[in-house]
Formats: sequence, C-alpha cells, structure tokens
Amino acid sequence: MTPAHQAPESVLFGRLSLEAIPYHEPILLATFAVAALGGIGVLAAVTYFRLWGWLWRDWITSIDHKKIGIMYMILGLIMLLRGFADALMMRLQQAIAFGGAEGYLPPHHYDQIFTAHGVIMIFFVAMPFVTGLMNYLVPLQIGARDVAFPFLNNFSFWMTTAGAILVMLSLFVGEFATTGWLAYPPLSGIYSSPGVGVDYYIWALQIAGVGTTLSGVNLIATIVKMRAPGMTMMRMPIFTWTSLCSNVLIVASFPVLGATLALLSLDRYVGTNFFTNDLGGSAMMYVNLIWIWGHPEVYILILPAFGVFSEVTAAFCGKRLFGYASMVYATVVITILSYLVWLHHFFTMGSGASVNSFFGITTMIISIPTGAKIFNWLFTMYKGRIRFDLPMMWTVSFMITFTIGGMTGVLLAVPPADFVLHNSLFLIAHFHNVIIGGVLFGLFAGIYFWFPKAFGFRLDPFWGKVSFWCWTVGFYVAFMPLYVLGLMGVTRRMSKFDDPSLQIWFVIAAIGALMILCGIAAFLMQIFVSILRREQLKDTTGDPWNARTLEWSTSSPPPAYNFAFTPIVHDLDAWWDMKRRDYVRPTEGFIPIHMPKNTGAGFVLAVIATVAGFGLIWHIWWLAAAGFVALVATAIVHTFNYKRDFHIPASEVVETENARTRLLAARA
Amino acid sequence: MTAAGASHDAHGHDPQGHDAHDHDPHDGTAYHGTMKHYLMGFVLSVILTAIPFWIIMGDVFRSPVTAAVVVMVFAVAQIFVHMVYFLHMNPRSEGGWNMLAAIFTIVIVVITLSGSMWVMSHLHQNMAPMPAGGHEMAPPPATPVPAKPSHE
Repeated sequence: MTPAHQAPESVLFGRLSLEAIPYHEPILLATFAVAALGGIGVLAAVTYFRLWGWLWRDWITSIDHKKIGIMYMILGLIMLLRGFADALMMRLQQAIAFGGAEGYLPPHHYDQIFTAHGVIMIFFVAMPFVTGLMNYLVPLQIGARDVAFPFLNNFSFWMTTAGAILVMLSLFVGEFATTGWLAYPPLSGIYSSPGVGVDYYIWALQIAGVGTTLSGVNLIATIVKMRAPGMTMMRMPIFTWTSLCSNVLIVASFPVLGATLALLSLDRYVGTNFFTNDLGGSAMMYVNLIWIWGHPEVYILILPAFGVFSEVTAAFCGKRLFGYASMVYATVVITILSYLVWLHHFFTMGSGASVNSFFGITTMIISIPTGAKIFNWLFTMYKGRIRFDLPMMWTVSFMITFTIGGMTGVLLAVPPADFVLHNSLFLIAHFHNVIIGGVLFGLFAGIYFWFPKAFGFRLDPFWGKVSFWCWTVGFYVAFMPLYVLGLMGVTRRMSKFDDPSLQIWFVIAAIGALMILCGIAAFLMQIFVSILRREQLKDTTGDPWNARTLEWSTSSPPPAYNFAFTPIVHDLDAWWDMKRRDYVRPTEGFIPIHMPKNTGAGFVLAVIATVAGFGLIWHIWWLAAAGFVALVATAIVHTFNYKRDFHIPASEVVETENARTRLLAARA
Repeated sequence: MTAAGASHDAHGHDPQGHDAHDHDPHDGTAYHGTMKHYLMGFVLSVILTAIPFWIIMGDVFRSPVTAAVVVMVFAVAQIFVHMVYFLHMNPRSEGGWNMLAAIFTIVIVVITLSGSMWVMSHLHQNMAPMPAGGHEMAPPPATPVPAKPSHE
C-alpha cells in the first residue's frame, strides 16, 4: 500500500538522510543557527557554573509537585515563544502577500507554520501551563504534602516534554505536518502526505498524551483521596473543583484522541482503511472522533482558568465568592455538556437539519452555566473592596474579552450562520477570542497571583502593567480585523490574497501581533527585573494578598513538606476562616515527615520514548523496536526500586519552621 | 485516608501511600475478593465468550445484523462481569466513588457511541451517490439492509 513516489528506505536509517536537513531554506537555517548557539550557550553556562548535579538532583529527578509544576510552567513559556514566533511569521506573510506578491514564505513552509502554531499553542503551551498550575496548587489547596502518585507525576511531565521535543525537532530534521492542527484525512493520509510531517504530529501527540492522561488520573486521585480532614467536597476551593472537573475531562477524552490517532497511524503505516475513501473507510469518521476529544479539550483548558478567576476575584474583593454552590454546579454541568456539542465543529459536513439543530441548541445551552459564572464574579465584585492589582486587572480584562468571544460563539452555534462563517477568519477570531481572552488571561492572572507563593517574591508591577496593556490592546487590534475579514468571507490558512482592498485589515492585525510581542517582551523583562529586585519585592508573610485558601497559610515558597502539620478545615475558604478565628501557627512538637523520594526513572523512560518515537517517524524499525523493548524493561526494573520514601528528620522540620517564625517576627 | 488523620498527625497524609502500593496492599477500604469470587468471574467470562463464538462459527442466526447485535450484548455483559468480579466494583466501594465514576463512564460512552452512530448515519444518508467502486460498500440491494452506517 505504499505510494509509488516514496523514497527508498535503508535498513539502518529508514527514511532519514542528509536531505532531511533543510539547509536550502535560509529562514530555517538562521533559526537553527540561533537555536544552536543559544543551546550551546545554555549548556556551557550550566557546565561553567557546575549546575549539572543540582539540575539532576533538584529538578530533573524531582517528584515534588511544586517543582514539577514550575517545570511545566517553564515548558509552557518556552513553547509560547516558539508558537508566538509562528504567529508573527503568519501575520507578516499575510500582511505582505497581496496582489501577486508571494510574500516571503513558500506555501509548503507556510502550511507547516500554521499547523505547528496550532499544535504547539494547544498541546505544548496551554496544556503545560494549565497542568503546571494544577500541579502546583491542588495539593497546597487541599492541605496535602504531594500528589497521590509522585513518581507518575514526574513521568507525566517528562512525557509531555518528550512530545514538545519531537515537535521542535521537526523544525530541523525533516518537516512538520502541513495539514492544520487536527490533521484531517484524507489530507493527512499516506497518499496526500507521504512525508514525515504527519508522523511527527502523531507521535508527538501520542507521547505527550500519555503524560497528560496519567497526570489527569493522578490529580483526580489526589483530590478525591487526599483532602485535609474536614474538607468536604463542598468546602473545596473553587480552583480545586475546576481542576477536578478538568481532569475528569482529560481522563475521559484523551483516550479518544489516542485511539483516533492510532487508527490514523494504522492507515499510514500498515495500509488499513479506517479513514480512506476505499473499502468502507470514511474520513468523516475521523472528524467525528477527533472532535469528541477536541471539544472537551477546550473545556479542559478553560475550566481551571475559571477557577483562577474565582480565587482571584474573591481574594481581591475581600469577599467570599458569590454563589459558591452555583459555581460548583455550573462547573459540573459544563463538564457533562461539553460532551454533547462536538458536532458544532462540523455543521457543514452535511448531517442534516435534525442533527445540526440538536447540536446547535446544546451549544447555546452551554452558555447558560458559563454566563452564570460571569454573574457570580460580578456579584462578588459588587460592594466589594476591590484592589486592582495585576491578577484583578487580568480578571476584569478577561470578563470583557471573554464575553465578546462567548457572544460570537453563540452566533457560530446557529447552524445557518455557521454555513456562512465556517472555516472563515471569523472562526479564527472567535476561538482566539476565547482562548487568549479566557485561558491565557486566566493563566496570567494565576501566574501573577501565585508567583509570590512559588518563589517568595512578587513580580514587579510596573512591567506587569506594561505587559497587561500591550496584551489587552494588542489582542483587540490583532483579532477584531479578523472578525471583519471573516464576515467578508475570507477563509483561514491562506498564504496569499488577490483582493488588495483586504490588505489594510491584515496590516492592522500584524500591528496588533507586534503589540502582543511587546507584551511578551515586557513579561520577560518583568521576570528579569523582579529577580534583580527580589529583596525589595520579598514576601515574608506567606500571604501577600490577604487571600483565603490553604496555600496561603504556609510560607512562600512552601517547604518541601508543604505543611508541618496537616491543617484541619472547618469552613469554606479555610485560611480566611483560620485568620478570622485567630489561628496560632504551631511552633513546637514537630515530628519526622514521611516523604516520597526522587527518582530518575521518569526522565529515562521519556528519553527512551522520544528515541522510539523518532524511530517510528523515520521508519527506523530497529530503533523503534529497541526503544519499545527498553521502555518495557525500564518500567519493569523500576518496579523493583523499593527505596521510594524517606523521612524528613524532625530536626530539619524544626529548623525550617523556626526560620519562618523568625521571619514572621522580624516583620511584626 | 481522607478524614482519618487526627489533629497534628503527620502521617495522616502519607503521599507515598498510593504510589508504593506494593508495600501495603490493604489500606482498609479496597476489597480484594475471594477465590470463589474469582472463579465465578472466570466461569462467567468463559461462558460469555463461548456463546458468541458458537453463534458466529455455527452460523446460528441467518441475518448478520442480528448476530452482530447479539454478540455486542454479550460483550457488554462481559464488561459488567469484569467490573464486578475482577475490579470488585460495587455501589459502596471507595465510598461510592467507584459507582460515580462508573455512571459517568457509562454516560460518556453512551453519548459517544450513540451520538457517533446518529451523526454518521445521517452523513451516510446525505452522501451524494458515488460511481461503482467508490465510497459505497453496502451489500448489493438484493439483501435489504437498514440504513445503518457502513463505517463504524
């Protein structure tokens, strides 16, 4: 079943040859040079400052949920820079490729860029950010010392990173998919895409998907089984609730993605016909299946962001969250409903009136619990003593932006309207409106809110405000023109245009993208400045915002064991309740604390998975087989590792807690 | 583990407890079954596998659709046997969480399967007719087949 025009494969290297290195593409070559120089610089610095041991012991092998959470955030940030570079290149191309001009990107390269942009932003920016935030916060919010399965957590992180590495590798070895971020067949089938691009896509997502699914299992078990005494389900912080629902969605939907991609790989590798046009296959089935995963996926991303906004609004208005119970029920309803709307992504595939109206109506219904949430935040702010610090600024910006995105979403949910707007730039504007305005703004609110907790100092507010205004204004300048263009019928994924009257809108959108670039630069500047000024910005209290939930009861940054004594919860907003009842921090009676021990097994497994994935992508069968055997063998060997736990001696706990007592006393 | 920890009990939240399950398989809540229980599950599984095998090999039903439906019913029964006898799920285990998870799973599976069949059968009916050898793989019109999707 292999197509005739495929290059011959060698036993040793499969499809891999020197031709795979894109040395004839100057843009890629320059990127590679910069990446290589940067990489060598980082490696040299790590070697020069003798940081390898520290890196391995304290970070790579760490199974501390806080460190893994931070590593997820770093992964997300690095991939954001890559994904945003793709976005800038697309905006530049579309701003200049008019009236016969070809722009600077050949179509084949342009197609890879929009595919990589989508894949990276969803799987390797939004997902790591969200997972990182959940990893860091959930155990602290429920008064636990770590997640339920600490080793699995480390393994999940490294599997996600392995997927990201495969995507990055495709930039310099071979190519990435040219199919769009969901790789619909028949375009992603072996006849239309015989190269390695789709295979990079498949194996990067499969490997990262293992990590995501396991991390979902882990966090569900943590939330269900490890809450502090007294914390009933209805006393859980709202962020923990949204994390629970988000992880339930992960566990229920990611296997569908895995199965769908597995069927696609069978079509590509062994010549089955699940999604071809022959022998009973149907490409439409792929579209159906991938959106059964894909729609819950957007709720996986947005629910934790809703949780962040709830925590931020309550903390910065100095009030209990309005309608806690309704917030919980709205979240659960969204969790269920998110499984009933997938067809709205392909109204135009031709299901007919009854199917389309059913899914159109369920889609509109989902805006009701979402709207209830917006009103809950507004009522929390009503008569609150609002402090407009950065997290609250992002929250207000979110409420306005997300409401606009929600309205265009309801418009798209009307099937006749969708027939006009499907695959137009209106759709692009809509989902960037909700993903940037919802998920990303939520992540920024969360980062500013919890950064002092994670690192012990606040982020510099000046550069934060610069970043905030660049992002917010830049977002509107970049995406409102796309709404206009979409209404005029301009379709997505075009590398050049004929009608010169459209150009002005693309130029405006490109200016917006440059403003967002300033926002990202200001954010990086802010981190840099804050590290320099960390002594002035220091948080000695552990509770810099006068907030409400348990994570603020411990020091900033929290000790390895999180809580010297497991807190007892009597009310919603446990820390607020403790402060109100004049809680006195225990200063004696410390005992040794039982903790999980670091292990390198997760990292090793992920490295082997990357190598095996590389073998599968390039048809280097011996490498894939060897990798698979090594993977199973390493996993089995790891089960014989019985040295999985240790006790932090009481003396060390006493020392850590005394240091905090002195710090608190010095402030008073 | 949840509400078990007394005040100031450092071990109330042993984060290792669930990871190193090979250390301590009995944490008090999990039910691990008896030999009789496992044997019953085994025998039921064998019966539920043998009957579908016989249905297909012995050509028991004239219509392949009937045969497929009956085999699917046995497959679903098999799933429940596994859940009850091998995974030890019952309405009370793990404080009801197992039951809740099972209900959620069933709801999602039913939505996914019935929804996909509904969507795909609609697409199938609305498909423009293709020349011979193209998309259509339905049997020749001599055997009337209900409008079921051919590509599940």
